[in-house]
Amino acid sequence: MILQAIFFYFFAGVCIASAIMVIVARNPVHSVLFLILAFVNAAGLFVLLGAEFLAMILIVVYVGAVAVLFLFVVMMLDVDFAALRQDILNYLPIGAVVGVILLIELIFGVIGWVVTPGATKAIAAPIASNVSNTQALGLVLYTRYVYFFEAAGMILLVAMVGAIVMTLSHKPNVKRQNIGDQLARRRSSAIDIVKVKSGQGLS
Amino acid sequence: MIIGLGHYLSVAAILFTLGIFGIFLNRKNIIVILMSIELILLSVNINLVAFSAFLGDIVGQVYALIVLTVAAAEAAIGLAILVAYFRNRGSIAVEDVNLMKG
Repeated sequence: MILQAIFFYFFAGVCIASAIMVIVARNPVHSVLFLILAFVNAAGLFVLLGAEFLAMILIVVYVGAVAVLFLFVVMMLDVDFAALRQDILNYLPIGAVVGVILLIELIFGVIGWVVTPGATKAIAAPIASNVSNTQALGLVLYTRYVYFFEAAGMILLVAMVGAIVMTLSHKPNVKRQNIGDQLARRRSSAIDIVKVKSGQGLS
Repeated sequence: MIIGLGHYLSVAAILFTLGIFGIFLNRKNIIVILMSIELILLSVNINLVAFSAFLGDIVGQVYALIVLTVAAAEAAIGLAILVAYFRNRGSIAVEDVNLMKG
C-alpha cells in the first residue's frame, strides 16, 4: 500500500509539473515534449487505477499520434514564436484570477462530495473480477455500447476526411496523373501512320 | 497513506485549472491553446477512470475511450485548420482570425 502511495505521488507530481511546463515553456517544441511527459505519467496513474487498456491506449494515441502531429505542425510552420509571447504578462493577472477561482471551486467540490447511498445499486456494468481489464472493457464495449463504438469510428472518419480536405492543395504547375484521360485514350488519337518517301522527311 | 478517490480528483482538478490558465496565458499562440485543451480533456479522463475504478463500474472507462477519440479528432481538425490558415495568411496570431469572416 505504501508503494502505491509512493507511485501515486510520483506520477501525480511529475504530471502536474510537466503540465505547468507545457503552458510556460518558451519553445513550443519543449511544450510538446512536456505534454508527452504529462501523458505518460497520466498513463501511470491509469495503471494504478487498474485501467491498463486505457493507459496503453493513452500512450499509443497521444504519444504516438497526437503529440507527433503537434511536433510536425510546430516544426512545419515558420512562426515567430517569440513575437507571440511578447505581452504574455498582460494576460497573467486575469488568467491567474480565473484559474484561482476555478481551483477554489473545484477544491470545494473535491472536499464536499459524498457518494449517494443508492449509487452502488445504479451501477450500469460492474467490473468483471475474473477477467483482465481489456477483456472486461471489450465485453461491454462491443455489446451494450456498440453504438458508441461505431459513433466513435464515425467521428474519426469525419475528422480524417475533414483534415485531408482542408490541407490538400493542388498546385497549378504540377503535373498530376488523370486516370480518366489515360483510359479514354484511343489508338486513333495517339498514333498517326505516315508513309514517308525516302529523301523527303516529314513536313 | 491510503490513496482514495479524492487524491485522483485533486490531481484532475489541478490539471484542469492548469489547462484553463494556459489558455489565458498563451492567448496569442494557438498551438499552446490546443495543447491546453488536451490537458483539460486529460483531466476529464482521469476523473472518469477514477470514478470507474472506485465505484466498480466499467462504463466510466467506455466513456473515457469516447473522450479520447473526440480529443484525437479535435487535435487533428484543429491542426488542419491551423495549417490551412497559415497557408492563407502567413501567421497564426489569434487576434487576426476575425479577418476571415464574411
